[in-house]
Amino acid sequence: MGVELLPIHLTVNGKVYQASVEPRLLLSDLLRHELDLTGTHVGCEHGVCGACTVLFDGEPIRSCLMLAVQADGHEVATVEGLAAGPGKLHPLQEAFWKAHALQCGFCTPGILMTLVPFLETNPEPSTAEVREALSGNLCRCTGYQHIVDAVMLAARASRESAGAS
Amino acid sequence: MKPPPFDYLAPKDFGGALEAAAKHGGEAKLLAGGQSLVPAMNFRVTQPSLLIDLNRVPDLDYVRPDGSGGLLVGAMTRHRKLEFDPAVKQAAPLLSEAIPFIAHAQIRNRGTLGGSLAHADPAAELPVLALALEARLRAVSLRGERWIEAADFFQGMFTTALAPDEILREVAFPAMTAGTGWAFEEFARRRGDYALMGVACLMHIDAAGRCDRARLVFLNAGDGPVLADEGAAMLLGSPVSAETAREAARHASEKEIQPLGNLHATPEFQRHLARVLAQRAILSAVGRARPSPKAA
Repeated sequence: MGVELLPIHLTVNGKVYQASVEPRLLLSDLLRHELDLTGTHVGCEHGVCGACTVLFDGEPIRSCLMLAVQADGHEVATVEGLAAGPGKLHPLQEAFWKAHALQCGFCTPGILMTLVPFLETNPEPSTAEVREALSGNLCRCTGYQHIVDAVMLAARASRESAGAS
Repeated sequence: MKPPPFDYLAPKDFGGALEAAAKHGGEAKLLAGGQSLVPAMNFRVTQPSLLIDLNRVPDLDYVRPDGSGGLLVGAMTRHRKLEFDPAVKQAAPLLSEAIPFIAHAQIRNRGTLGGSLAHADPAAELPVLALALEARLRAVSLRGERWIEAADFFQGMFTTALAPDEILREVAFPAMTAGTGWAFEEFARRRGDYALMGVACLMHIDAAGRCDRARLVFLNAGDGPVLADEGAAMLLGSPVSAETAREAARHASEKEIQPLGNLHATPEFQRHLARVLAQRAILSAVGRARPSPKAA
């Protein structure tokens, strides 16, 4: 049996990509190995660790639990698309940097892609809500406290800049 | 940690999905949300030769009123939609309350009602909720369609009444009777993990303050969702006190469930959890039940 390749096109971070994929190719592997977007990390490959979280049509999902072919015609956003340009940081990335919310950084892309949409729908979260939102992402370095601090910092910064304008 | 090769079909309409299931049913797997199937394929625990992806089939993702206060829910409706849908909260608040216990938001964004029910994991929330709420499931094949009661649908560990050529298309949730109290309790080692034990409770109180209907269904307590009829019957006919709640929970946890134990819990510990959680759920459901108005 020859392996059939299926043509797909999808939008990642606003850019259109085309690829020919085996049905068994995971979305996470498409991003990393075919599109060279290695910011999305792969941890457990069974949906537990959250490292591979990306936005699929605007909502956070596990890219290791989707097939690349399922993304045909859809929009994906990865950590590479967060910052406005080279040398710049997304406000949440800035807050992570200030609050020391990462150490090794392996889990960080998945956590950012979980929390960016969370903050958009919950601009004034409580720490309990932040912890709940974080519950699907494992971090082995930080003990989570500094991540929670960073989210609260980003939320405050966003409110202050909105108030100032 | 990658799936072995398989063929892939993504029918564009339900008729195409039915034809594919009729032709390949035995060796194929239906791909709904993929939040259980894809990990099992990544682990190579499951190795279907063909995947029939239902995600391109339109009109399987909806919550509609059934005309008598209940709901008709499309099989491809994502957990996240049920979690926040105001009609679900109105007709079946037990569902709205229990769905946040399903894994994490990222999983609930993909996971589907039909996928979870057809997977029939005894540790999953939705089979328990479907049985507690006496849902009916609409199975369709090229041969025709039939409605299956939740009590008949779950036939054991990862086993349902669906034939290989049948696709679960829709689920009917009857409205919870006015004044019915509800509660869902579960215990997991970490937020979002598979629960070691869980229980759903529904409770109705008559005009005289006596319990006239009670339903208790346990999660991860056997080879499917486990209905505890005898424990529930012990609550009937009198006002529910802490004492009767304790006795009913004790009976159900000792006599009616068959927890299998796992790496993190012995069956004895699961029975302990069942007793504590059931007692809590009964009292919480009683607290929310509103007695029927007295006849004039």
